[in-house]
Amino acid sequence: MNWFAKLGLNGRWLVIAIPSLWLLIFFLAPFLVVLKIAFSEAAIARPPYTPLITWEEGRLLLTLNFGNFQYLWEDSLYLLSYLSSIKIAFFSTVFALLIGYPMAYYIARSDEKIRNILLMLVILPFWTSFLLRVYAWIGFLKGNGLINNFLIWLGIIDTPIIMMQTDFAVYVGIVYTYLPFMILPLYANLVKLDEALLEASADLGAKPMTTFFTVTLPLSMPGIIAGSMLVFIPAIGEYVIPALLGGPDTLMIGKVLWSEFFSNRDWPVASAVAMAMLILLVVPVMLLRKAEVRT
Amino acid sequence: MNRKSWFLPGVTIFGFVFLYAPIISLVVFSFNKSKLVTVWGGFSTKWYGELLNDPQILGAAWISLKIAFISATIALIFGTMVALVLTRFGKFRSKNLLNGMITAPLVMPEVITGLSLLLLFVSMEAAFGWPAGRGMLTIIIAHTTFGMAYVAVVVQARLSDMDDSLEEAALDLGAKPVRVFFDITLPVIAPALVSGWLLAVTLSLDDLVIASFVSGPGASTLPMVIFSKVRLGVSPDINALATIMIGIVGLGVAIAAFSLLRKPKTKLK
Amino acid sequence: MAQEPLAADAKPWRSSEETPFIKLRNITKVFGDFTAVDDVSLDIYKSELFCLLGGSGSGKSTLLRMLAGFELPTSGTIEIDGQDMAGVPAYARPTNMMFQSYALFPHMTVEKNVAYGLLRDGVSKTEVKNQVGDMLALVQMSELAKRKPHQLSGGQKQRVALARSLIKRPKVLLLDEPLGALDKKLREETQFELVNIQESLGITFIVVTHDQEEAMTLACRIGVMDQGRIVQIGEPEEVYEYPNSRFVADFIGSVNMFEGRVIEDDDDFVRIQSEDAGCEIYVSHGVSCSPNQTLWFAIRPEKLEITKKKPKGSTNIISGIVEDIAYLGNLSTYRVRLDSGKIMRLTRTNRARSDEDKITWEDKVYITWDDKAGVVLTS
Repeated sequence: MNWFAKLGLNGRWLVIAIPSLWLLIFFLAPFLVVLKIAFSEAAIARPPYTPLITWEEGRLLLTLNFGNFQYLWEDSLYLLSYLSSIKIAFFSTVFALLIGYPMAYYIARSDEKIRNILLMLVILPFWTSFLLRVYAWIGFLKGNGLINNFLIWLGIIDTPIIMMQTDFAVYVGIVYTYLPFMILPLYANLVKLDEALLEASADLGAKPMTTFFTVTLPLSMPGIIAGSMLVFIPAIGEYVIPALLGGPDTLMIGKVLWSEFFSNRDWPVASAVAMAMLILLVVPVMLLRKAEVRT
Repeated sequence: MNRKSWFLPGVTIFGFVFLYAPIISLVVFSFNKSKLVTVWGGFSTKWYGELLNDPQILGAAWISLKIAFISATIALIFGTMVALVLTRFGKFRSKNLLNGMITAPLVMPEVITGLSLLLLFVSMEAAFGWPAGRGMLTIIIAHTTFGMAYVAVVVQARLSDMDDSLEEAALDLGAKPVRVFFDITLPVIAPALVSGWLLAVTLSLDDLVIASFVSGPGASTLPMVIFSKVRLGVSPDINALATIMIGIVGLGVAIAAFSLLRKPKTKLK
Repeated sequence: MAQEPLAADAKPWRSSEETPFIKLRNITKVFGDFTAVDDVSLDIYKSELFCLLGGSGSGKSTLLRMLAGFELPTSGTIEIDGQDMAGVPAYARPTNMMFQSYALFPHMTVEKNVAYGLLRDGVSKTEVKNQVGDMLALVQMSELAKRKPHQLSGGQKQRVALARSLIKRPKVLLLDEPLGALDKKLREETQFELVNIQESLGITFIVVTHDQEEAMTLACRIGVMDQGRIVQIGEPEEVYEYPNSRFVADFIGSVNMFEGRVIEDDDDFVRIQSEDAGCEIYVSHGVSCSPNQTLWFAIRPEKLEITKKKPKGSTNIISGIVEDIAYLGNLSTYRVRLDSGKIMRLTRTNRARSDEDKITWEDKVYITWDDKAGVVLTS
């Protein structure tokens, strides 16, 4: 349907051009700038990097510097944080799926009235500050925090368990923050599942567990992929959670980029890290798009 | 099915406790007399008083609200334009590019968005002298850019859900395209515009990472101030702030739920 | 704007002197590499109720949308009342459309929905009020004028949609599956109402439908569409009794079809030898064909006789075994396996309440028919 195509030529052109131009300048152009700086050298200057293109003796010179990428490869810090990001994002996704799937299933199968209330409860935390919700976990996890106090009061432990500033705290934070993103696509998928399919499977002699693994699970695959990617993708680039809950040895690529930029003021290396991170996201993003097309 | 009957509700209850316990603890300990956030020392509202006398937090809150309001409003207009272009304008040459540029910000890590925008602003300033320095303006630009992506997604979903023949019917009855948009399309997608705008406001108020990159001296947003405080450890006035924010959200939800509950009364079967 | 209703016996399409009201000439519509409408030429006359009948993907809706101006033809011309429609946008055309989904504006009351078209024409408020009142009275919706669409039943929505599309007294009303969303009983009632309204207003109606029964009840003429082409145009009786192709014969009603070969061809009869039927078929009218040509003989189930006794004669008699009987109350359907192995369908009205000598399963039966009962098809 393109009834708007008949809008006056100028009107149509303007409606396309204004937002397109905005995105070209403030979304696409910045990447070209990052790409450019990733290939330049750090310098003590303002801005702190060398230009790629220079005029020398009347000739245009293009200097591509692969040193930043070489540096990323050679300094084990970057490779380790790259791998550690994948590990943390992966396991957080698995934990979120293990909690999120039964929840989504239960919500999708409950009464319509209760269903809407439960769904509301899943979405609600999203509307309150993310930063403050992560902050709340500090009070739970720290040495004299609520969990330790409670366990000591129960007499299960004598000395506090160290949970803050560990990878464990980062896992908790990521699962906690992104659980709703796992539940919602799963719910959207499971609520459409025709009850008659489960009845047909039972009627043909499948036990509930068999029905689950042979009917429900395969049919909910697009929801699983969409939910998992919606947790995995932001987890990869996460900065706030490892910065607040993680310790000094919690390596995550977002945190590395941040400190490279703010502490070391090495813009070219930070840009190279950003490029490397983008490459890491290509496959998950493609998976997500595929899953969205299928649902 | 018996074995499952405790499993599903069990996990669901655990999940909700997991989601809400931290939020509840924030509220409870905001009324704690003791400075030790996790040890109960009696009821008190002194942290609220302290919060309301903290010019740094109040100033940052005001800046954040201004940024959120302005950027969400621009994002609403631009995002709606993009949604309209993608669903109603038929095919044109750069459609795929536009589609890519509007969906990419949704999956882009904040650190990259922040870094790349800052580098752009620096290069632009060096080349054209604009934007001169960084502050509220650059944050508004950054928030508009990702806000419009979210608005576009929400509005696009509503537009493609909408029965095409509604607009065709208006056209058929003699309304010109612009008239059709204001008479039919806009009223029908109005709920999506409201939720898109609210989403953009929330995301702007919530953003720490991008703002940290593109902000300049004198333009610290509320999340930036909170972050610098909580990095040093827990402090009860942040709990008080959280309680106020939760209260505002709760009030909004209550109003929304109330207006939704009233609607079906006029519906006859 | 008052238009003369079409007299019941007037059949302008039978006279070559009448000027058509709507002229479609060589209309083709291509979407990508799919040809939705393929070189359609069609004349529709003033105050006619014309039905476009076809399966999904036959191009009937695309044709309707080109008349409304929502799609532009890839090639060809559309003329309405002497005016070329090329370059006339949808909002300026003398047509109005009733949508399959009704497309009632959800945020406006019934009244406002109906008034919308008049308001766009700058009609004065009092005039709009009067006309909306009259129109709602015509479709019997006056009491529900203040309701919103979501408070209406399917039948009520249909009436509002009809009122809204009629209020501007269009030269042509386009109806896209107008009764498709109604249940069977309501659909039958509404069919007659629609015809009455059409006759009282004298507006030309073009109806798109996939339901042959609906087309037969409503239409002055039916245009049968298949794969983007109009394969036959005719009055309902013509299309049913004299289909011009195997497709039309099969699409409208049910039919028994036998492939055969001409063995004798005269001015006033043909004799066909058919392996399928296992007998010689005699048809008492001439057919333009060449000797030995392969053709098809089509006969409707209700035009067949069935007996247990062998009738006299040697042509138009087929024998077989009753394989299935479906008792439908007013009539019964028989499926008979012919000696050639082919299954033949026939129906018989149950005139008597009981029949002592009735035909039952596994009976050997003879099927006969009048030599004018069938049609010979060459394509």
